[in-house]
Amino acid sequence: MKSYVPNTEKERLEMLAEIGMQSMDDLFVDIPEDLKLSRPLDLPKALTETELRELISCYTIMNEEGGPVLRGAGAYRHYIPSVIPQLAMRSEFYTAYTPYQAEMSQGMLQSLFEYQTMICRLTGLDAANASVYDGATAAAESMLMLRDNKRKKKILYSAGLNPDVITVMKTYAHCAELELVEIPLTDKGVTDVSAIAENMDGAAGVIAASPNYFGCIEPMAAIAEAAHAKNGLLVAYVNPITLGVLARPADYGADIAIGDGQPLGLPLAFGGPYVGFMAATKKLMRNLPGRIAGETRDAEGNRVFVLTLQAREQHIRREMASSNICSNQMLCAIMASMYCAVMGPKGMKEVGEQNVNKAHLLAKKLTAIDGVKLRWPDTPFFNEFVIDLPDAEKVDKLLADYSITGGLVLPDGGMLWCATEMNRADEFDFICDVIENKGGEE
Amino acid sequence: MRSEYKLIFERSHEGRRAYDLPECDAPDAMDQIPEELKANSELALPEIAEVDLVRHYTNLSRRNFGVDNGFYPLGSCTMKYNPKINEELAVAFDDMHPLLDASMSQGCLALMKDMEDMLCEICGMDAFTLQPAAGAHGELTGLMHIRAYHEHRGDFERKVMIVPDAAHGTNPASAAMAGFKVKEIKSAPDGGVDLDALRAAVGPDTAGLMLTNPSTLGLFERNIKEIAKIVHEAGGLLYYDGANLNAIMGIVRPGDMGFDVMHINLHKTFSTPHGGGGPGSGPVGVKKHLIPFMPVPRIEEDENEMYYLDYNKPESIGKIKSFYGNFGVIVKAFCYIRSLGGEGLKEASENAVLNANYVMNKLRGVYDIPHDRICMHECVVTPTEEMMKNEVHTSDIAKALIDRGYHPPTIYFPLIVHEAMMIEPTESEARETLDEFVEAMKGIAEQVKTDPAAIHAAPVTTPVGRPDEVTAARKPIVKYEG
Ligand SMILES: Cc1ncc(COP(=O)(O)O)c(C=O)c1O
Repeated sequence: MKSYVPNTEKERLEMLAEIGMQSMDDLFVDIPEDLKLSRPLDLPKALTETELRELISCYTIMNEEGGPVLRGAGAYRHYIPSVIPQLAMRSEFYTAYTPYQAEMSQGMLQSLFEYQTMICRLTGLDAANASVYDGATAAAESMLMLRDNKRKKKILYSAGLNPDVITVMKTYAHCAELELVEIPLTDKGVTDVSAIAENMDGAAGVIAASPNYFGCIEPMAAIAEAAHAKNGLLVAYVNPITLGVLARPADYGADIAIGDGQPLGLPLAFGGPYVGFMAATKKLMRNLPGRIAGETRDAEGNRVFVLTLQAREQHIRREMASSNICSNQMLCAIMASMYCAVMGPKGMKEVGEQNVNKAHLLAKKLTAIDGVKLRWPDTPFFNEFVIDLPDAEKVDKLLADYSITGGLVLPDGGMLWCATEMNRADEFDFICDVIENKGGEE
Repeated sequence: MRSEYKLIFERSHEGRRAYDLPECDAPDAMDQIPEELKANSELALPEIAEVDLVRHYTNLSRRNFGVDNGFYPLGSCTMKYNPKINEELAVAFDDMHPLLDASMSQGCLALMKDMEDMLCEICGMDAFTLQPAAGAHGELTGLMHIRAYHEHRGDFERKVMIVPDAAHGTNPASAAMAGFKVKEIKSAPDGGVDLDALRAAVGPDTAGLMLTNPSTLGLFERNIKEIAKIVHEAGGLLYYDGANLNAIMGIVRPGDMGFDVMHINLHKTFSTPHGGGGPGSGPVGVKKHLIPFMPVPRIEEDENEMYYLDYNKPESIGKIKSFYGNFGVIVKAFCYIRSLGGEGLKEASENAVLNANYVMNKLRGVYDIPHDRICMHECVVTPTEEMMKNEVHTSDIAKALIDRGYHPPTIYFPLIVHEAMMIEPTESEARETLDEFVEAMKGIAEQVKTDPAAIHAAPVTTPVGRPDEVTAARKPIVKYEG
């Protein structure tokens, strides 16, 4: 059994004696006797390190993995440069708490300041916060920013947002008593801009994703225009790995840009931890939730980084705070920032292009199969796209038999596929073979 | 020695690179995207060689301080040792896509289910969700349960959440986000809930009470049974902020104290590293009557003993995060619980409480102890009147501790104690570490008398001096402009 308590039994007794006590029980006299647990906790027996290792492999063996993955839908398999996990494991970083004491936390504060700068440069906006829990909570927080900035409770959102994101937004909106209005997609798979114009009266703004959940690149400039025409704001939900090749939120007039930073160097890890990023124009900076690092000077004039603009935050403002967030996803944010530094401008462009190229090749090969069609053949996409086919469930099962994680089966019978720089053309051929031959001739 | 440190952007040289990608085996398809949807410039990111990037972050890490560097008695944050084996094992699940068919992710689902069961036993609750990403997120989720509970009973008048003035800032902030009006009640002179104030506060509009126990003063709420009775009789529910659970594992359980809903900070009590500010994890536990409102999906077992994700819960509050929570963090906490077992968890709590009392006892007479009774896992002390006469405040003592090699305690919290220093040693610390820390605290007290200017000049051993925070807030520079 493992114990991480250094003091020996003898030392504990000596310490107890020093404070005038005989036993550990004496420490807990304030707890009413009848509330105390009168039995040991009923938990599995303690394990040594070796046994624990064996136990965890029992769980990993129950999982099935190893084959090609062509699924995204909010979590993406990308190249993770080895320097990222290794540097994130510097224990001065990962065993630290929030950098409350600036003088001894310059490493984390500067890394955070660099992260904020990276997010500003990816999105083109003026200010970013230190992260929120994930993309979905970033979307929920952005609703509250819209409300606080415009003092309006009506918010439009595109039906092209990830359904998980929409569900989280609705959960938060119920409590904030916001009126959420869904803007449908057109028959091109993108947000219906005319419906935004029709519904904007009294609305604080619009939240739309590009690429959207179905992979379609949205006409964000037109959406921004429709929102701004009625004095509303645009929140752009973006996949950050697209931003080396696709237009950036500031380019098309977004006031707030949010998203999930997972594609930037974070493992899939069965859904988390990821990182929600949030950036905004200068005007909206003080509506941002959570921590923000800023630059200042010490008495000698040295550049110093601190947590700043704290008058927005819960520890100062309590129930008037812009958000309740305290701990965020700092280490994940730093990892995303490291990813941007590893890739640089050229790498971000190249990885974006590879995603576009691979996804288009996959789409071409899949649609060459009889009965398989792109749902929106005229709509541009990045690394995800929807196909329609006779029996998606059957194809899904077939692929699973070959350990292939194919496109995600959608409730309407379509399939949402994703290809990244991690996939190879020969995988696509293999997959198409399996689908075409129904697995029979393999 | 003071020194500035270049930003990564200031190390950029055109043409340098740290990445490589395999040659693309798909034909160029960029012409499939119309020009107006494309970026019109290269991203302004640094260009840097791998070795320089590694040195940049390695040296930045040396300008930081974690539990692995030294004693970190940051009250309310439970900065215990983060076992290395847990880090190693958690990455075993890194390649698991969250939307795999359940048949391919049975291991992940089983681990989460087993974790939920263990947390139920530790806390005396009936069900747990692992979805919330941190403590504050857990609070919000838990409060949503309380709201849903009242709403489903057609009771729409219960809009008031009672929060003691000793509460952490996230408590009132979460209550406001959950759509409640916050009613703050004053603490009694002994630091506990003032029962009369509570009786006066409850009524037909009471949705519930949020409580931390042990309180943010590190004291066990002796009247907890009476508090629970008052709130329940008024028709409200009781929320438990689990930030201080490290004091009571295996000794007393929130569920047995009368709490209806609670959160845990896995990044405190269950040893997962805090990552310099996250990721954490804030599982929420509920009693039976709140189970219908739990977030979807729930992990269920079918007739063939296969786990599956059940989204069909019509009364659920919905979802509060993508997917299923900070899974990687949950694995580490799971490893911790399995390593220690029930006895080990109790041993951890006992020693956390012992260490706090040991430190408090040794500081008595040197610093003031506003609530001087047996404490739980942390104690709150303040500078003496005489120190303050010398213009030495809590923040000065904190800075002086930095020069002596310690991370300071939590300062200026809880708000109800003027000039608070909240010291939480945790069970991870050996007696001599505590002794040395006490000596450092005494040394500072001594120096206040002999050389207060030196205390005001602290810290002098750090790469930078005290920052000008006023200018930082007044003229915010929040990104590099170069
Ligand atoms: C008493 C208390 N409640 C709630 C929280 C919030 O937890 P988190 O930072 O995980 O959101 C904290 C964190 O410091 C705390 O000390």
